[in-house]
Amino acid sequence: MIISARGLRKDFTVTRKVGRFRRERHVVSAVDGVDLTVERGELLGYIGPNGAGKSTTLKMLTGVLYPSAGEVTVCGVEPVAKRTTLAKRIGVVFGQRSQLWWDLPLGESFALLRHIYRVPDTDHAARLTRCTELLGLDEFIHTPVRQLSLGQRMRGELTAALLHGPEVLFLDEPTIGLDVLSKQAVRDFLGELDQRGDTTVVLTTHDLADIEKLCRRLVVIDHGRVVHDGTLDELHTRYRSRRVVVADLDAPWPTDLTLPGAEVTAVEADGHRVTLTLDGIAAGEVVAALARAVPLRDLSVQEPEIEDVIARLYRSEA
Amino acid sequence: MAEFAAKVGIIAHMVRAQVRGQLQYRVSFVMELIGSMMTNALDVATVFVLFSVGGGLGGFGGPNVLLMASLSAVAFSGSDLVVSNVDRLREYVRTGMFDSLLLRPLSSLAQLMAITFALRRVGRFAQAAVLYVIALFVADIDWTVGRVLLAVVAPFTGVVFFSSLFVAGATVAFWWVESGEVANAFTYGGRDFTSYPITMYGGWFRDLFALGLGFGFVAYYPVLALVGLPDPLGVPVWLHWCSPLVAFLAAGLAALFWRVGVRHYRSTGS
Ligand SMILES: Nc1ncnc2c1ncn2[C@@H]1O[C@H](COP(=O)(O)OP(=O)(O)OP(=O)(O)O)[C@@H](O)[C@H]1O
Ligand SMILES: [Mg+2]
Repeated sequence: MIISARGLRKDFTVTRKVGRFRRERHVVSAVDGVDLTVERGELLGYIGPNGAGKSTTLKMLTGVLYPSAGEVTVCGVEPVAKRTTLAKRIGVVFGQRSQLWWDLPLGESFALLRHIYRVPDTDHAARLTRCTELLGLDEFIHTPVRQLSLGQRMRGELTAALLHGPEVLFLDEPTIGLDVLSKQAVRDFLGELDQRGDTTVVLTTHDLADIEKLCRRLVVIDHGRVVHDGTLDELHTRYRSRRVVVADLDAPWPTDLTLPGAEVTAVEADGHRVTLTLDGIAAGEVVAALARAVPLRDLSVQEPEIEDVIARLYRSEA
Repeated sequence: MAEFAAKVGIIAHMVRAQVRGQLQYRVSFVMELIGSMMTNALDVATVFVLFSVGGGLGGFGGPNVLLMASLSAVAFSGSDLVVSNVDRLREYVRTGMFDSLLLRPLSSLAQLMAITFALRRVGRFAQAAVLYVIALFVADIDWTVGRVLLAVVAPFTGVVFFSSLFVAGATVAFWWVESGEVANAFTYGGRDFTSYPITMYGGWFRDLFALGLGFGFVAYYPVLALVGLPDPLGVPVWLHWCSPLVAFLAAGLAALFWRVGVRHYRSTGS
């Protein structure tokens, strides 16, 4: 167990202006009693709607923020108390913040990080070569960081976080704002990292493709509390994700027609296209009933969208 | 010890990187250097005016006034070189950039010092140091082993004292992000206070600054100890030698503020 949190919480006191001069203080519980254990080598998706407390949790796990209550250990140590020891054993990418030196070429930032983390020359070179290959750093390694595009910088940040060979990698929205290809590059890179199995990864993202492609385990939080901990499939089962049949008809849809086990969710194109949401029963039965009732021209069956299930989860917790 | 040396080495790397980064903006660097040299020249002029005040200031003759002024200048410009930009902590706290310092395996204060280091301040410090050495020769000092030691140590204790003040002042940002320039009232006010014999100031204000806040131990008391004069205000002679102790205390307090402050750091939403 490389990460363990028990009853972890963080309260922020914020002041709000009421009237012209008066200010009112109140407490926001950004993280409200999170229990979490992560085993070595896992790749965990830590997701939740905006303001759920994901970044705040990550900051407590990395020793940036002092928890208001609860116990937490990462790599066997308490993050704030042993901050500098822990820093050598973890890597962090905050999509919104840079770990690089703004005015120096990317390559010099890497050289500096080698000193800061006291990485042996050969290890550093090996890791850098690997990242350069996988992330295509060649093109811009001599460019000052401030001149890099967002996608280029993010590849640099990932490399920077990995050069000292961390045991745990924390990623807070590493694909935010990236184009399809850069996202793909980052995703493939993380997939490869996961395959090797020696780095534990905690990933925060709003990108559902990231979740679908990378995360075997999902921890969903909302309002600072864990609302789901399990696989994506379990999430589908729990929310009874439903398949959808879209049928193009040769004759208009008879509005009074009902099919057992299916719900009509849309009728379009002057009644020539109908969308049915299946209620758990096999698609074949519904399609057969449909074909008996109306002349079919075309038909497609859609698997449940991860987007839907996540949206439903977020909504149900709101 | 080896551990400490290694850390200093790493910080030195960071400082060099910072200087390289600054040198990328050549024009602005040169402009700042010129600006800084001009203020230096003004400082020198002030000191010469002081020195030429025949009867001295606050009951002290010209050479002793020069010694105080130059010792205070060394202390201030030395700390200015090392830490004065730590007040940029405010910006780091406000924007949450302080996060990235906490994610590295080094002291956050040392890193902040390294990344805000401003090379152009070297000139001012060098100039003050030269003046101090001249003042030591000009002043009428009955050299003993103790006084030689004190003359060497006093600039360092002064730098430590002012640096502690800068750091303690900067930590205000951990509690109060919109702290503005309040802390500078103490640092820059303190520099002005220590530049002259404290006998020039009056009443409770003087006692508070000189003894309560310890500003007297930057230049005034060490100079009394060097030239062997009694304090016209009656502070016992043994206290004149206490500036290292005061600097040590100040550094301890500043470190404590920093430590507690970092625990109060709340980052920003992200
Ligand atoms: N420094 C802070 N001061 C006050 N409140 C904060 C601070 N940081 C976060 N919060 C509050 O805590 C809550 C959680 O914020 P956090 O940044 O952890 O959300 P998040 O899950 O990362 O959201 P997002 O997906 O939008 O990044 C929010 O309500 C936010 O307003
Ligand atoms: Mg966030």
